[in-house]
Amino acid sequence: MRKWIVAAFVIAALAGCSTTPTQDAAPVEDRTAGAAAGTGTSGTTTTGTSTAGVSGTATTAAGRNPLKDPASPLSKRSVYFDYDQFVVKDEYRSLVESHAKYLQANRNAKVAVQGNTDERGTREYNIALGQKRADALKKLMLLLGATEAQIETVSFGKEKPRREGHDETSWAENRRDDIVYAGE
Amino acid sequence: MPSLPRLLLRVFLPLLALALTLAAPARAQLTIEIVGGAGTTVPIAVVPFEGENRFPLGISGIVGADLSRSGLFKLVDDTGIVPRPARGEDVRAGDFRARGADAVVVGSTRLLADGRVEVRFALVDVVKQVQLAGMTYTVAPAQFRATAHKIADIVYEKFTGDAGVFSTRIAYITKQGTRYELIVADADGNAPQAVVTSNEPLLSPSWSPDGSRIAYVSLENRKPVVYLQSLATGARQVVANFRGSNSAPAWSPDGRRLIVTLTKDGGSQLFLINADGTGVQRILSSPGIDTEASFMPDGQSILFTSDRGGTPQVYRLNLATNVIERLTFDGGYNVSPRATPDGKGFVFVRRDGNRFMLGIQDFATRQVQMLTAGPLDESPSVAPNSKLVIYAAQQGGRGILAAVSSDGRVKQRLVSPASDVREPAWGPLLR
Repeated sequence: MRKWIVAAFVIAALAGCSTTPTQDAAPVEDRTAGAAAGTGTSGTTTTGTSTAGVSGTATTAAGRNPLKDPASPLSKRSVYFDYDQFVVKDEYRSLVESHAKYLQANRNAKVAVQGNTDERGTREYNIALGQKRADALKKLMLLLGATEAQIETVSFGKEKPRREGHDETSWAENRRDDIVYAGE
Repeated sequence: MPSLPRLLLRVFLPLLALALTLAAPARAQLTIEIVGGAGTTVPIAVVPFEGENRFPLGISGIVGADLSRSGLFKLVDDTGIVPRPARGEDVRAGDFRARGADAVVVGSTRLLADGRVEVRFALVDVVKQVQLAGMTYTVAPAQFRATAHKIADIVYEKFTGDAGVFSTRIAYITKQGTRYELIVADADGNAPQAVVTSNEPLLSPSWSPDGSRIAYVSLENRKPVVYLQSLATGARQVVANFRGSNSAPAWSPDGRRLIVTLTKDGGSQLFLINADGTGVQRILSSPGIDTEASFMPDGQSILFTSDRGGTPQVYRLNLATNVIERLTFDGGYNVSPRATPDGKGFVFVRRDGNRFMLGIQDFATRQVQMLTAGPLDESPSVAPNSKLVIYAAQQGGRGILAAVSSDGRVKQRLVSPASDVREPAWGPLLR
């Protein structure tokens, strides 16, 4: 039996993960390739705006993408929440305002606000809690100048923790909204 | 060894070593450990079937393992009973009573000219000295496992009055590093097959009532999107990919629609949607979170989680009258309701301090019985006979699957040697 499974797996590998042979009366096809559909989803592609040859004209940081410039407040993308809380804390006010003003000045710019939770609680309820965090941040950004069409709020719940630990330090890091610009 | 696998092995054996060094490890199979037993068990002898040792799988071993794993039967050793009975009428009750057995399973296998095998079995009550069941199957040797599960189902039903679920399948998600797989396997963990593989999280698999399709959530597009996958063809389609998050799919009992949680209109709210992704229709409106919906077996109402009362609790909505009723009151976190298929109650997850555990609540009496003690139990899914609940738990910092009988007495662990296992979903009973 063991070998059988191994054999089936090898075949699948050789066949480019298209189909596994059926094992019994109720066939299940492995559509690994089709299903995962390498739609370049996870690999974040960066738009090449920080072009080559930065000629150092002293006046402005021309040619630099303010979204990528570590000196710009726009490079800061994460807002952290207290346990079971959905209120954007005052300490993030200027960060949020920077992004809202950027969106106001660049009406073609779009962002996803991705809500996250720590690992405590059930998966689907945490998707809803992460959504609540994303929505809270969006609400504030709308008040500060962004428009509805520019912000999509989504949630990863507890599915994509930045830290894998099972302690308060990890949990605090994972109770978070991330702002991600379209094309990033 | 059946002919197909033998052929595959012969052809690909030379490549095996190479492939194994290149490829990920073979899909690890779950093995089931019993960690707690029922109060009373039926002592039963499963006599090796006549001629079964000519076939690689055999029948009696699988029947015995099924019955024993249910926690409701205790296997009685038949060694030394000579000659071994192969038909119901050959069972000498005294031989088995002397060893404490109340029941005996006997049978035979006979190779037919066309390569198939005639499998006969009989179940004898040696206390009352009557034959309770007898069947003949004509199957390919490769179907021995399925045949053995069918026999175990019949034995289980004769003694418990409930349908056996040894022939059903389960779905679950595994995570190894950043590789996520949606796996479908036999209920005993055998024959695991990956139906979806992704580098991004997969969650919330939900079987269509006819067992032909699985709806699930994937984060591969950097947001939760609900997909539907056909098990026969492997084809998949998008069910819900609206602006915002799309999650928590659950089938209507007629298999035509799903209920999903969408945030497209703001907040996490419940919608009905046709299985082909058309006809999306909002069914409730709340200022907070409504999610984790599931249908009652009669299709007339749904259970769901809502924080409309301040804390997440379980509610029931009658779809015809729109009457909403709160069902849980104890504690500040009662979520993930799943009705038992007999319609008598629902299983849910309760947080108590920092522990997450499973409970079952009776609709009529409102009485709650806690089934597990945590610490991190979630994602309950009830077997089609309402007698077992499979769920996700943590052991040694790793996700495992576990099962508990709906009376809390029998506990099993389904252990995978390698990966993190979560999000189990019990498939339907197929007649």
